[in-house]
Amino acid sequence: MGALSRIVLHRLFLGLLTLFVVSIVIFTAVNMLPGDFAQAILGQGATPEAVTAIRRDLGLDQPPVTRYFQWLADVLHGDLGTSFAQANFVSFTGSDAEKASVLAQIGPRFANTMFLAGVTAAIAVPVSLTLGILAALYRNSAFDKVANVFTLSSISSPEFFLAYILILFLAVLNPLLPSLSNIYDGMGLGERLEKTLLPALTLTLVVTAHMMRMTRAAIINLLASPYIEMARLKGMSPMRVIVRHALPNALAPIINVIALNLAYLITGVVVVEVVFVYPGIGQLFVDSVKIRDIPVVQACCLIFAGAYILLNLLADILSILSNPRLRHPK
Amino acid sequence: MNVVVGLVACVGFLVLAAWVFRFAGRLSGRTYFRDMELTTAFGWMLSVFVAFWGVYLYIFVESAVFFRWAVQGFVVFAIAAWLFRLLGRNLGPGGTRRLFRQMPLTASFGILIILLYAILAIFAGVLAPHGQEEIFAKVNVLPGGDPAIGGDPAHPLGTDQIGRDLLSRLIYGAQNTVGIAFATTLIAFLLGGTLGFLAATLGGWLDQLLSRMVDVLMAIPSLIFALLLMTIASAWAGSQPHLLTIYMILIIAVIDSTRVFRLARAVGGNIVVMDYIEAAKLRGEGMGYLIFKEILPNATAPLLAEFGLRFCFVFLTIASLSFLGVGIQPPLADWGTMVRDLSQFINFAAFSPLTAALPLMAAGAIALLTVAVNFVVDWMLHRSSGLKE
Amino acid sequence: MNAKQLLKIRGLKIEGRSDETWTQIVNGIDLDLNRGEVLGLIGESGAGKSTVGLAAMGFARDGCRISGGSVEFDGVDLVQAPAATKRALLGKRIAYVAQSAAASFNPAHRIIDQHTEGPVQHGVMDKAESERDGMELYARLRLPNPDEIGFRYPHQVSGGQLQRAMTAMAMSCRPDLIIFDEPTTALDVTTQIEVLASIRDIVEQFDTAAIYITHDLAVVAQMADRIKVLLKGDEVEEADTRTMLSAPTEDYTKSLWAVRSFERPMKPSIPEGATPVVSLRNITAAYGTTDVLHDVSFDMHAGRTVAVVGESGSGKSTAARCITGLLPPRAGAIAFDGVDLPPDYRKRSKEQLRQVQMIYQMADTALNPRSTIGDIIGRPVQFYLGLRGAKKRARVEELLNQIELEPKQYIDRLPSELSGGQKQRIGIARALAAEPRFIICDEVTSALDQLVAEGILKLLARLQDELGLTYMFITHDLATVRAIADEVVVMKDGAVVEQGGKVEMFRPPHHPYTDLLLSSVPEMDPDWLDDLLKERGVDNIGDAAVGKM
Repeated sequence: MGALSRIVLHRLFLGLLTLFVVSIVIFTAVNMLPGDFAQAILGQGATPEAVTAIRRDLGLDQPPVTRYFQWLADVLHGDLGTSFAQANFVSFTGSDAEKASVLAQIGPRFANTMFLAGVTAAIAVPVSLTLGILAALYRNSAFDKVANVFTLSSISSPEFFLAYILILFLAVLNPLLPSLSNIYDGMGLGERLEKTLLPALTLTLVVTAHMMRMTRAAIINLLASPYIEMARLKGMSPMRVIVRHALPNALAPIINVIALNLAYLITGVVVVEVVFVYPGIGQLFVDSVKIRDIPVVQACCLIFAGAYILLNLLADILSILSNPRLRHPK
Repeated sequence: MNVVVGLVACVGFLVLAAWVFRFAGRLSGRTYFRDMELTTAFGWMLSVFVAFWGVYLYIFVESAVFFRWAVQGFVVFAIAAWLFRLLGRNLGPGGTRRLFRQMPLTASFGILIILLYAILAIFAGVLAPHGQEEIFAKVNVLPGGDPAIGGDPAHPLGTDQIGRDLLSRLIYGAQNTVGIAFATTLIAFLLGGTLGFLAATLGGWLDQLLSRMVDVLMAIPSLIFALLLMTIASAWAGSQPHLLTIYMILIIAVIDSTRVFRLARAVGGNIVVMDYIEAAKLRGEGMGYLIFKEILPNATAPLLAEFGLRFCFVFLTIASLSFLGVGIQPPLADWGTMVRDLSQFINFAAFSPLTAALPLMAAGAIALLTVAVNFVVDWMLHRSSGLKE
Repeated sequence: MNAKQLLKIRGLKIEGRSDETWTQIVNGIDLDLNRGEVLGLIGESGAGKSTVGLAAMGFARDGCRISGGSVEFDGVDLVQAPAATKRALLGKRIAYVAQSAAASFNPAHRIIDQHTEGPVQHGVMDKAESERDGMELYARLRLPNPDEIGFRYPHQVSGGQLQRAMTAMAMSCRPDLIIFDEPTTALDVTTQIEVLASIRDIVEQFDTAAIYITHDLAVVAQMADRIKVLLKGDEVEEADTRTMLSAPTEDYTKSLWAVRSFERPMKPSIPEGATPVVSLRNITAAYGTTDVLHDVSFDMHAGRTVAVVGESGSGKSTAARCITGLLPPRAGAIAFDGVDLPPDYRKRSKEQLRQVQMIYQMADTALNPRSTIGDIIGRPVQFYLGLRGAKKRARVEELLNQIELEPKQYIDRLPSELSGGQKQRIGIARALAAEPRFIICDEVTSALDQLVAEGILKLLARLQDELGLTYMFITHDLATVRAIADEVVVMKDGAVVEQGGKVEMFRPPHHPYTDLLLSSVPEMDPDWLDDLLKERGVDNIGDAAVGKM
């Protein structure tokens, strides 16, 4: 086995270990709730018998370690538990109990969120890389300075500020796009895109600023290296210097920038979904936090953390793979 | 679709204009035009185009109220920052004068805004016309103070749906939102900074243990983790809103202290390997002397910059939590909650721009401070990196 | 311009940017170079020699700009020429060899692909032709495995070999002019010889003109036909090499030359049976599990200077770390005045710590940038001797006088407000403040310019005479050894190869390694390299190269 695959496997193992520890942290945090699930489900007026019955049903009488592994096993089988709110709803209306599972609730919303993140990435990545490289090539020019002020401002602004500014100009004053993203199943792609565009643009503004600054810094760092000067002194054209000498070495930092910002998107999505009432996992998360629907909060948290860890892991591994020193060991 | 076609046409036209511009310039035989790249020429054309468009909007388009406000605000701030810098260059002790002399306009703007916010936050009780929890009989008074269109001169920015004066709440928001964020950042720094420096100087198992713990905590996105913990905190706090606010401060401080820990440990680690630390160790100096006389004085610059960045981050997190409804709790006035409560007014932009501007004012107040702090930090970082060269 | 003249620089002015303002760093230099001629450009740091070298290619680094004058290469003014015209010349007719080959090769491509890029892009040769030519050049430059080495990536090849591969790359289009920018500064002495010999051979074979930039006079004496001396962006003087070496006219040049001749008078030999101040007995030390010192023993006697010499990685600094107690040895003992010291510095008494002081190589990192000079020197005075207030200040002023700095002017300054040489003096004063008997000097002059370094050496010598100090002088530079040492210890790969008095050490017969080390130090004689190569035989050098790498 080569040194490279050993390093990659090592990182993969570390990533899985982190995920495991994070799941323990989340589980422990949830178990710090005063009282317990049973009380929370049934509310204050429940009879002690009913509480005991639920406790037994949910396995709450087991020690925490057993419950943790039970929960972990369930999660690995795709069973994320039962939503409190939906369970109440089901018991009131007597409708299908399947709908009460957290998975059934999260599934479609997860797809919506991925769609939003995908549209954002599709706009933000090419735009920010182009602008970032331009800012690096023309550094200290007027363009670079203006770009610096703009990106700093948009990084510093809360997402909802940017969102309302976009709503003001693109939805209210000039009705080009809808300000609410009421997305439903079976919607055509065009319509769906139109309704997703405003939240995606908001996220794009934030992420582009970050990505552009990081790209600029990475490229400037690269262009200052002696081998770039050497390529210029060999009389190579600016295009060739960029494509042949800078790009192969820029790959690692750029991949890193993209992955880090996609990871950042995960957090940004929460606020933006709330502003635009976008039916994604972020909005569900916030709603569940407010009504203390613990199983849903737990599941969303796990999904967010998992995606975050995976993206960071991906960045890590890809930048290892693109390092010539590791690809061609001595 | 038309928008896209329009944009492409615009860019195409500008490229053509840039080519013509450069071609015309080359006829003059100047080396500047000879060596000019098309992108540079494009940049020139673009700025000319934007300038014309801006002038056109400002003068001829009646409905571009927000644009005019933005331009006026920008000009006023720019002049204020310039005057402030001029003042700093000519008044005060030699040290600050020298500092102001090298300062870009963005940084002096940042310092000015931070000073203004500090004054606003400290003297909120004096400056605000009414109390933050005071409820008036008139609800939903429109801003502008003109009784003819539903305003009231006593409430220049109007009142909210239960009759609280919005201007006062905006001013008190500075005290609450900024004050709470500042306190949180301080706690995060005390916690993360102390542990970070300890880990860097002592090393060994303590360093390993703390670093691994921080790794795990940092593997969870901070807003998500904060929301999870706030769910639990809200159960603990029950119906006591001030308790929830305290929990929030602690939760965010702990989450953020992980980032401070990383930085303090890295900065401390860089200093610890310096020869002057080795010299002090070999002299037989104790731990206290090492940390307070040798390490800390050399860590202040990066730590100060980090304090600014952390403050922004904490401030935005708190604002976001409040905006989502799980942060600072009423009756305390705070900008995040105000944005959420007033957000529907934005739909009145066409009829009453001032009303629509209300949620933007609260959100803008948040943005303005973070922008200001970021400008100052950016300048500080640039300066310290420049000194190294 | 006559037909023989290749490069003609007139009134070259270059500005550099600092704090948003432009300041002139090269103030109107003239330079002429004929075809096939080698010009040496020498000066101390800040003389502007690299900037001038790059300007000879019509190039200015970021933060610099050519603000006046002309650079005419074969009739084309590179300052005024359009970018495309310049690009057609660079690499093809003017080539560049950088100081650090490891950083100047692109890590993402194989060496041969970077070699062929120039010829292919400039349309001189096709790829296959250029590859064959590259291998031939590698063979001429005496690189081991010339047919294979090009197919490696830069990080797979050693520094000395990479430097030669870069020279081959510069030769790939058979340019008329090559700029060598301190090509051997980063190399050890024994490696430097091989690179120097290769460069000179190939420049002669192809009759290429060259500008050779260096701060090392002895090196430039071997390489150049003519020498130009620069100081702070101005030309001091220019003459052909032999004239310049034997009869410099300007005072500055004379002082540069004189540095090499500083040598202390001989001391009487060590009295029989004297107890050494510090004595290392059978020290074996390890970082982690790998041994870096093997059974090292030597003595240092009162009032004398022991130079510990070796190339990078020889273990000389590790020996110092063992003496100070930062790295407790795995076996063996260190005695001070005949009494064994505790191996770990934390176990040593204040008195024991006071007696052993250290002066560091990089004065920048050795002084706390946030403490004033008075505090830096005052701390050990207070800590060890318990002086406070006016007494402490008086002692600090006395120490500043001893290191020849005016106390009133310097006592309240920060280290960043001092020059490199002054900082090093503060480092000396801090060591003296403890009133020790033994001082370790770890490469104290290697980061300094020669004139400044000479001042430091003279100061150390004077202090030794006045205070009876014992020095352990760690260095890789044999010229410094010659100047200051009484005894010499030669180390290689963590072991002592040879030790003895200076006179005996510099007189044959030597241990083979000492011999290689001694003979590799360039001398000011322009015939030195020729004589050495004749003596060793060219093949010998090749063998040495293979053996070392």
